[in-house]
Amino acid sequence: MSTPNSIPLSARSLVKRYGNLVAVDGIDLAVPRSTCLALLGPNGAGKTTTIEMLEGLLRPDGGEIQVLGRSWEREGAAIRERIGVQLQETRLPDKLTVLEILRLFRSFYGEGQNPESVMKRVGLSEKARTRTMHLSGGQRQRLALGCALVSRPEILFLDEPTTGLDPQARRRVWEIVEEFKKDGGTVLLTTHYMDEAERLADDLVIIDHGKVISRGSPSAVIAALGAESIVSFTVGEGSQDIDYAGLPGVLAVRDGQGRVELSVTETHHTLPALLDLLKSRDRSLSDLHTHRPTLEDVFVSLTGRHLRDE
Amino acid sequence: MSNVRQLRQLTWTRVLTFTREPEAIFWVFLFPVVLALVLSIAFKNRGIESVPVGVVNGDPAGRWVEALGGAGGLEPVVFATRAAAEQKLRSGAIAALIEGDDPLRIRYDPTRPEAETARLRVNDAVQRAAGRTDPVAVDTDVVTEHGARYIDFLIPGILGMNLMGTGIWGTGFALVDMRQKKLLKRLLVTPMKKTNFLMAQMFSRFMFLVGEVGLITLFGVWILGVPFRGSFVLFSVLCALGAFCFAGLGLLLASRAETLEGVSGLMNFAMMPMWLLSGVFFSYEHFPKVFHPLIRLLPLTALNDGLRAIMLEGKGITQLGPEFAVVAAWTGLCFFVALRVFRWQ
Repeated sequence: MSTPNSIPLSARSLVKRYGNLVAVDGIDLAVPRSTCLALLGPNGAGKTTTIEMLEGLLRPDGGEIQVLGRSWEREGAAIRERIGVQLQETRLPDKLTVLEILRLFRSFYGEGQNPESVMKRVGLSEKARTRTMHLSGGQRQRLALGCALVSRPEILFLDEPTTGLDPQARRRVWEIVEEFKKDGGTVLLTTHYMDEAERLADDLVIIDHGKVISRGSPSAVIAALGAESIVSFTVGEGSQDIDYAGLPGVLAVRDGQGRVELSVTETHHTLPALLDLLKSRDRSLSDLHTHRPTLEDVFVSLTGRHLRDE
Repeated sequence: MSNVRQLRQLTWTRVLTFTREPEAIFWVFLFPVVLALVLSIAFKNRGIESVPVGVVNGDPAGRWVEALGGAGGLEPVVFATRAAAEQKLRSGAIAALIEGDDPLRIRYDPTRPEAETARLRVNDAVQRAAGRTDPVAVDTDVVTEHGARYIDFLIPGILGMNLMGTGIWGTGFALVDMRQKKLLKRLLVTPMKKTNFLMAQMFSRFMFLVGEVGLITLFGVWILGVPFRGSFVLFSVLCALGAFCFAGLGLLLASRAETLEGVSGLMNFAMMPMWLLSGVFFSYEHFPKVFHPLIRLLPLTALNDGLRAIMLEGKGITQLGPEFAVVAAWTGLCFFVALRVFRWQ
């Protein structure tokens, strides 16, 4: 199986039930050293339950977890010394300053880095004496990252690290994570943002309803869709349905609320045929786009739903 | 070493958080002083108070009015109608109503504290005015010795009550707040020692002790003239133990609660009996004797009894074994149960 040196974090057939609900239904994963694995899925897919089992906060109802070659049951304390965690909803104490909080977290660990250098690393040196209540959302999130990094961890767990942040704040968080990875750190990340997963992750595990529905590198997962591009457009009202599936090069059709999306293999064959078809039926065409498939398209094609749908 | 640093950091950040809440400062430091001041005004020792006694105009009892007025301690009030007099008697504005001549009838409600005084004084004044001579000469001497006044009783009680209130509220609310903000859960994924965290909640109370206890005690001793007869060191040790004990109780009460409303209810449930039973504002001697052993097992009773014994009676540690034992036992019990049942997420 996994050796702690090459695979610091792994799980096999993880299961978690809440009454009749199976929140996590047999998930396997392995994160090689110095890589990032993203758990991608919509809200309620089981991402947080999975990451909390890996962090030792929840006890799995089935399956096995290995963190740095150790198991939570027997060596929890030793694992905690060497991991850094950012939880989804933690509010750090309002009345304490950035430096005070980092010093507090530093005191929990036998070894680590000094709070000043962590502060520099997460770009908060100028805010050292600012109370967290006066920090922006992005700054707070970077402080949470700082608390996770202050022990100089080998594995970093991030549960939706950029949810609710503006684009610039998100990029700053990503830069910190990338630097951690460059220094040999291993990252497990949950997100429902495809751009985040595409930017940070070496490997993806797409989950829905507690099950893995696809996995691989971002490019491999997208390639597995088999489509060269996605053609999307809006069609005017008409008396009868149109059968797009019969057009040349069309792999899949999604028709939702007047907007149609086609996964196509040969755009140059599909487009003229589509235009002819609409012309013959006397239907208007508007807002025509084509783009390269993204993880979002992968998710939609796998589940029929968008990542951010509730 | 990292253990000590951890405990120090946890305690220090807890103290900082608290001192940065202006409201908390008021409740811990100023409120008890204001309370003591108000109560000392309300209950300051006064001279002999006159008790009002009613007579209806034209009633034969009217001929005693002069005798009552001259006797001291009585204030005759003449009413125009019987109805008006009875109405005042019912509302307690007069302590008694006298009617008739011989026999003189004294109407009063014996459950009112000043009514019996009125009856005795009226009887005494009337008998003397009618020519009674007392076979024994009696001299009185009013005692206002410090240490026996109500305010002397009150100051240690307020101190105990304040140690209880700030210990329980301060610890309880802070913990539930941290639980709601998922901060406790965040701490759970660090190697932080749980005992250190819970002990820090209790240790942080020490920092306020000097100000809290000092202010009330100095105010009592210097401004109100409450005596301080015992050992100051012993007194400080008992205050510290009391603060520890109630921080532990706060810890226990907040160990499972998930909302501030929930923990408020629990805290009031725990504190209310002690406010009433533990001799804060009045002595528990008022309650039936069979309950006294139980009342003395309450931590606030033990603390109040101990503080009073040291301050007012100058007792030493050898005489206060049970009080110290009760407070210490509660401290240990609360801490260890809290450690077991504490909910981190």
